[in-house]
Amino acid sequence: MLAYAIRRSLMLVPVFLAVSVIIFLILHFIPGDPIDNLLKVGSSPTARAEIEARYGLDKPLPVQYLIWLGNVLTGDLGTAIVARRPVIDLIGQALPHSLALGGLALAFSSIVGITLGVIAALNRDRWPDRAIMGGVLVGSTMPSFWLGLMMMLAFSVWLGWFPVSGARGWSSLVLPVLTIGLGGTALVTRITRVSMIEVAQKDFVTLLHAKGLSPLRIQLRHVLRHALIPVVTILALRIGWILGGAVTVEVVFARPGLGTLLIKALAQHDYPVVQASLLMLAMAVMIGTLLGDLLQAAMDPRVRAALA
Amino acid sequence: MSPLLELQGVSVAIAHAQLLDGISLRLDRGQILGLVGESGSGKSLTAMAAMGLLPLIGGRVTTGAIRFDGQDMVQMTEAQRRALRGRRIGFITQNPMTALDPVQRIGAQIDVVSRLHLGLSSAAARARTLELMTQLRIPEAGAVAEAWPHQLSGGMKQRIVIAMALAGEPDLIIADEPTTALDVTVQAQIIQILAALVRDRGLALLLITHDMGVVAQVCDRVAVLYAGRLAEERPVDPIFAAPAHPYTRALTLCIPRDDTARGALHGIPGAVPTALNYPSGCRFHPRCPKAVSACSATQPALVAYGEDGRVACHLPGPGAP
Repeated sequence: MLAYAIRRSLMLVPVFLAVSVIIFLILHFIPGDPIDNLLKVGSSPTARAEIEARYGLDKPLPVQYLIWLGNVLTGDLGTAIVARRPVIDLIGQALPHSLALGGLALAFSSIVGITLGVIAALNRDRWPDRAIMGGVLVGSTMPSFWLGLMMMLAFSVWLGWFPVSGARGWSSLVLPVLTIGLGGTALVTRITRVSMIEVAQKDFVTLLHAKGLSPLRIQLRHVLRHALIPVVTILALRIGWILGGAVTVEVVFARPGLGTLLIKALAQHDYPVVQASLLMLAMAVMIGTLLGDLLQAAMDPRVRAALA
Repeated sequence: MSPLLELQGVSVAIAHAQLLDGISLRLDRGQILGLVGESGSGKSLTAMAAMGLLPLIGGRVTTGAIRFDGQDMVQMTEAQRRALRGRRIGFITQNPMTALDPVQRIGAQIDVVSRLHLGLSSAAARARTLELMTQLRIPEAGAVAEAWPHQLSGGMKQRIVIAMALAGEPDLIIADEPTTALDVTVQAQIIQILAALVRDRGLALLLITHDMGVVAQVCDRVAVLYAGRLAEERPVDPIFAAPAHPYTRALTLCIPRDDTARGALHGIPGAVPTALNYPSGCRFHPRCPKAVSACSATQPALVAYGEDGRVACHLPGPGAP
């Protein structure tokens, strides 16, 4: 297992390099020049060259890339062009908010989604199943920004339970976490249910019944274990998605976070910030897939054997 | 003495399809009853019915009684049936490759039966598991008990499934085509193991198979199913010497023999009808070489035939096909 974990982690190195090249290049092909924003109208070409030299933009692209990569690897993400502060500080401010929001939303959708999925599968085609799957359908068709606004209206404006917006204290996290978490819950519920029903039809489950084990024990100790394997993979893949995809929810609730940082930097053509935020999100996706693979290997000896 | 397992006029339906129609069988202790027939004749369904596992596949017994040791399983509560499964009735499935839980170690899958049904501690259950594995000639039982299912061969897995079936000290074992998925050399070993269990422990074995060779080798009695009905049920020697039902006769002709000419393997023309389009009268009549007009008109009743046998045919007995 340890050898597998190490090997699987090393596989991320080439992926990281490829991603870094793409992130570095994309921004050089986007039209619009941030230097223009820094120059006063009517500045001389010398002033422009001076600024380009300061940011290293006068060197050939491959050299720029290697310098950038070297800096990134040593923890230097550059200086924000607009905010004129170290990018690492901006990321450092945004990341905890994103992690708290994403982590709690993921925990919420895992716990609630798996529970609901199991209840639905155990009561297949009876009313609890129909009720849950009806709720899932409604939940998965509501756009998160709209859901966020509605919850804000109900719980903040009418009931006054939670703050309308901002990032002060735990109570301000409740509505954004619910908004993101509910969408994930619908997905997790559906996959858990389908997966449980599918596994329950396998031969080995028939044999478990033939051994005289109780149906509930078979469902919870054997079927659920198998059913969770795809669920875990999907949850792990959502780690990256939740960190970056939370941007609409961050905007609705006026919360700081990676998504907001990225959108603002894009609008301002603030290259170093865009690059750093994209890199963070890409790494979140990579760590998510890594975690998913490791969990899968931990849960299924056949996966370990195939990769040994 | 009452039989250990007795099916009396058992009919089974899934949704609206009547898949088994009035099946009657009896099996005594120390006996092997072979249940034969082509795929789709209802053999596995009979096994599921005798295990009380029909609800798993959405089926139910519509009429008849399934008596185990004198008690009707159809009338039992689900808890009572569950107490029999694994304890007094062991089950061996068709495909050992998919019969074991792939994410649980071998030993634990056997242990659970004796812990659940015999109330053994985990240490005692493991000791019993290792003993059973050794009796079934599984080499290095201790290491195998700690292995995962995917690390074992098909034949070894089937021995593990047999060990699971034996762990509750059952009186009856139902084996649903226990050798179909195995190599020919391993098939013989598994059949010998099962026959030895019946001989040494006085178990009863319901052996479902489509291999007439295996039937001739180990069974005491044979029941032939066709399209959800019993065609013939007799002791093994007379049934092979002089099959009464044309379908049984056709099945015995399918066994390749030394004097079968090269390239002259026998088959039965046509296929088993499905429950959606069962023919009228005798369900075998469209494929039967002896069929007369009565065969398509009326269903032949199951009547006594020969010594301790029964057959459902308008024209039973030998005769040129």
